[in-house]
Formats: sequence, structure tokens, C-alpha cells
Amino acid sequence: MWRDALLLITPFTLLYLIFFIFPTFRVFQLSFMDVPLIGGGGEYIGFENYRELMSDSRFWSSVRHTFYFVLLTVIPNTAIGLLFALMVVRLNRLKSIVLAAFFIPFMLPVSVVTLIWQWLLDPTFGILQNVFTFFTGQPVAVFGDPNWAMPSVAFVTVWWTVGFNMLLFIAGLQGIGKDYYEAASLDGATGFQIFRFVTWPLLWPVTALVLTLQLIAQLKIFDQVYLLTGGGPFNSTIVTLQYMYNEAFQNFNGGYSSAIGVALFVIILIASLIQIRFLRTGGAR
Amino acid sequence: MSQATAQEVLRGTAPQVDTRRRGRPNVPGIVGTIFTLIMAAVWIFPLYWAVVTSLKRENDVLANPPNWLPIPLTFNAYSAVLTESGLLRWYWNSVLTGVIITFVVVLLCMMCAYAISQLSFPGKNLLFWTLLAGFMIPGQALTVPQFILMNDLNAVNTYAGIILPQLIAPAVIIIYKQFFDAVPGELHDAAVIDGAGEGRILFNIFLPINWGITWALAIVTFIGAWNAFFWPFIITSSESMMTIPVGITQVNDAFGVQYARTMAVAVLAGLPVVVAYLAFQNRVTEGIMATAGLKG
Repeated sequence: MWRDALLLITPFTLLYLIFFIFPTFRVFQLSFMDVPLIGGGGEYIGFENYRELMSDSRFWSSVRHTFYFVLLTVIPNTAIGLLFALMVVRLNRLKSIVLAAFFIPFMLPVSVVTLIWQWLLDPTFGILQNVFTFFTGQPVAVFGDPNWAMPSVAFVTVWWTVGFNMLLFIAGLQGIGKDYYEAASLDGATGFQIFRFVTWPLLWPVTALVLTLQLIAQLKIFDQVYLLTGGGPFNSTIVTLQYMYNEAFQNFNGGYSSAIGVALFVIILIASLIQIRFLRTGGAR
Repeated sequence: MSQATAQEVLRGTAPQVDTRRRGRPNVPGIVGTIFTLIMAAVWIFPLYWAVVTSLKRENDVLANPPNWLPIPLTFNAYSAVLTESGLLRWYWNSVLTGVIITFVVVLLCMMCAYAISQLSFPGKNLLFWTLLAGFMIPGQALTVPQFILMNDLNAVNTYAGIILPQLIAPAVIIIYKQFFDAVPGELHDAAVIDGAGEGRILFNIFLPINWGITWALAIVTFIGAWNAFFWPFIITSSESMMTIPVGITQVNDAFGVQYARTMAVAVLAGLPVVVAYLAFQNRVTEGIMATAGLKG
């Protein structure tokens, strides 16, 4: 009976081996080589790429920018997602329309999102410049300002993706039995107490899931930053994935770029292991 | 902890978090609802403004103070971008690659998951654990070797180049495996006794039982392929081969600050996925929650 099974698994497995497993081994191999992106050839240089990486200030600043972006997005995106979920679940007739309003941005391609926000925040004609003028007295070219650029990209990211977190939180909230709430209000608990001692602990598995998914997703940041700032101004928003991209497709350093790819993989692995460990102890109280 | 299903979430039939008291007017509740509605309006405003801008004349777009409605209404921007940019070509590229990716991913992953769930074969555990371990590896880290591979295969700037790496969707296998595991074992045994081949059992018994999750995964896979940016951006450099998300980043250069046109492009590029979501809300939610690790 193996024959049937092999026939069924072969098409996927072949694709998986050729386009995923093989490149996985190859990225490690390339990272030990001095090799151009295209044209073949190249030679093994041992750990030279990694040695260079460790002392490469542009690499470390790209890592700092990535973590800055993580800091600006992961917790706000999770907190606002939870807030929106709490706001949506208590609605009745308005529920589906409010849910759609929060969720639809998440359906859009990244470049649609960035085109829209470039228009909203256009330094001269953007409608949201009225807000900046109101508070600071003048329009701000947010994506061209070293202080504003990354927070603005983070803000756009939250607008775009918070609906996903909200959806997971709604599922989590609706999985909490009604009896818990009835018991709590019979005991005279206030709204905040109910949230603090019933909702929050029972929701923790979902919160931990959202935080983990967020951290991994945001460490892989590239698209929005690249489209909104191009890494500028003055390279102040070049994230790790963009540094890898630049090395590969502008400087054609296949080997060095692969080493950056491996480093990104290691960073994501370590960060998620630390977070999983931290989250496991965080909720059960 | 038990989770509400996706359908329950959307139909609102799941247990309600209801803290209202009967009798007197619920002031905090009303304030909360008003706040919620304001936030929803704020959240959807950028999309409203994109649509309104796209329906204005190019000169009216820059009016100060801004006109909140597209008066006079015109579709000039739409006809301009449809005739003067590569938008239709990018649409075709996205539809073609998206449909192929969706069909192949669902079919191959279903077959693979069926074998893992219902059959025994050498290397089964190795395959399954390799798939799980694969989740640890961020696909973007493999960009360089994947690009070199595509270059060696002469697949840069081709449909094959766009499609092939996007066919790897182990999450779809894991989800299908969970659903196939839940099918009672007697069904498979009875079919085998009746002499049915594994292929027939999959397509005539297991697939019909699981049409729901199949549609959910297909829609989510299509939306994912339609929205995919990073890989198509890497593998296409000639405008005629770009998909929608990559192609529309070019129009800003082409049109300059003609924001009515830029917004018309944005609206046309986003419309298919928004329509798909509104038409199949339950399925989209189910698919997204399944891929996030919550059973839908």
C-alpha cells in the first residue's frame, strides 16, 4: 500500500525539497562563500562573512532599526487588537459592520496601504497634515523626517494589521463561558474587576499566541518600510531584511547577503524562544 | 480553553459577553457604543478618502479646504489608469498566478495531508516533522538561494518564477491533516473493503466531507497570493510580468503627484480582495483562524 501513499505525497514533497529544503541548506553554504548573486563561481572563505558581519556597523544599525520597529508595533498592535475585540463583542446589530470596518484594511495588499497613506500624509496636500498643523503649527513630512519616519510606518502597520489580532481576540473572548461573568457580577465585581480577574487570565493563551505571531511577523519587517521610506531618510529606517536585499540585489554580494539571511533566521529563532519561555510563565497565575 | 468557531464569531451566535443590567438606562454602555462607532469611522476613513479622491477631478483633489464629497463626480481617473498604465496586464498576471497557486496548493497539500493522516509509508514521521520544523525558517531568509535557483532555471521574470516558491504551504497540510484525522476511521476502512483506491477515497469521501475548510483554505490562499509582495517584487523586474502589488508601486513614478489617479489605482488593486472578503466573510475568518493555529 506504500505505492498509493508515495503517489500522493510525491508532488508536494518534490516541490518542498527543491524550493524550500534545498535553499535552506544552500543559504548556509553560500554564507561561507564569497560569491556573486549571479554568474556562479565563488570560493569558500570560512567564517569570513560572519566575522565581517559582527563588525559591520550598518548590519547592527539595521538590527537596531528592526527592534525599534518591533518595540513600536508588537505591544500596541496587540493592545489595540484586544481593545477593538472588547468593543466589538458587546455589540449586537452593529457588530458585523464595525467588525468589517476594523478588519478590511488587513485584506489589502501592502502597496495599496502605502499608496493611501502616502496620500493621507502628503506633506503639502495630505488631509492628515491638518492634524500636524493643529498640534505643531506646521505640516510634517513624516516619512522624510528621521524622528517621525519609523513611528509613522509603525502607525500605518497597526492600522493595516490590527484587524487580524482583533479576530483572534474575538474568538478567544467568545470562548469564555458566560457562567464566569454571571458568577463575577453576582459577587458584585465591577466592570474593570471582571476584566482583570476573569477575562484577562482566561484570555491569556490567545494573548500569548497573538504576541508570538506579532513578534515573528514584525522581525521580518521589510515591505512597508521599503515602500514608505526606502530606508531613508539618511538610512535611518534600513531594517535587517532590507540590508540583506540591498547587499544581494544592489551590491550583488550573494555570500554576504546569505550570511545576513542566516543572522536574521537566528535572531528570529532566539527572540521567539525567549518570548515563548517568558509567555509560558506570564499567564498562569 | 474552548474556542468559539469562526462561524459563531461572525454570526454572533457564540456566547455573548453581556454585562448589561435591565431596567435603567445603561449610560456607560451607550457611551461605549458611541466611542466604538467613532473609532470604526476613524479606522475606515483612509479607505473612504481614497475612494472619494479617486472620484474627483485632478484639480479638485488639491482644493483647500478639502471637499469631503466627490463633487463634481468623475471617473476620469479610472479611465486614465485603465488605458495609460499597465494595470490591466498586472491584473491578468495576478489573476493567473493567483488561480494557479490556489489550485495547486490546495490539491497537492490535500493529497499530502491525506497520506499523512490515513496511510502508512516509510519516512512519514520524518516528512511530518520536517514540515513542522520548516515553520521555524523565515522564507525571506532564503531569498538569495531561491533567486539563484530561479536564475539557473531561467525563471526570472516568468510566471513559473512567481508561482513556484509560493506553492510551499505546509500550514495547509497541517490544517488538512487535523480535519482528516477527525473523520471516523470506519469510513476509510469500509471504503477499502469495498475495493476503492486511495485516490477515490480522498476525492469521493474525504473531500466532500471537508468542502467547508477546502473553500476557506482556497480563499485565504488566493488572497495571500493576490497580496504577496516580497517574492514577486524580487523575481520580477520587467513591468509586463509584475503582479498587482508590485506593479502599482510603479505608477507613482509614472503619474507623479496625480493623486486621483494614484487612488484609482489603489482602489482597483484592493477591490478584488475586499469583495472576496465581504462575499465570503465566514470562510475568510475560518481560514485565517485555522492558519493562525485556532481551529475554525
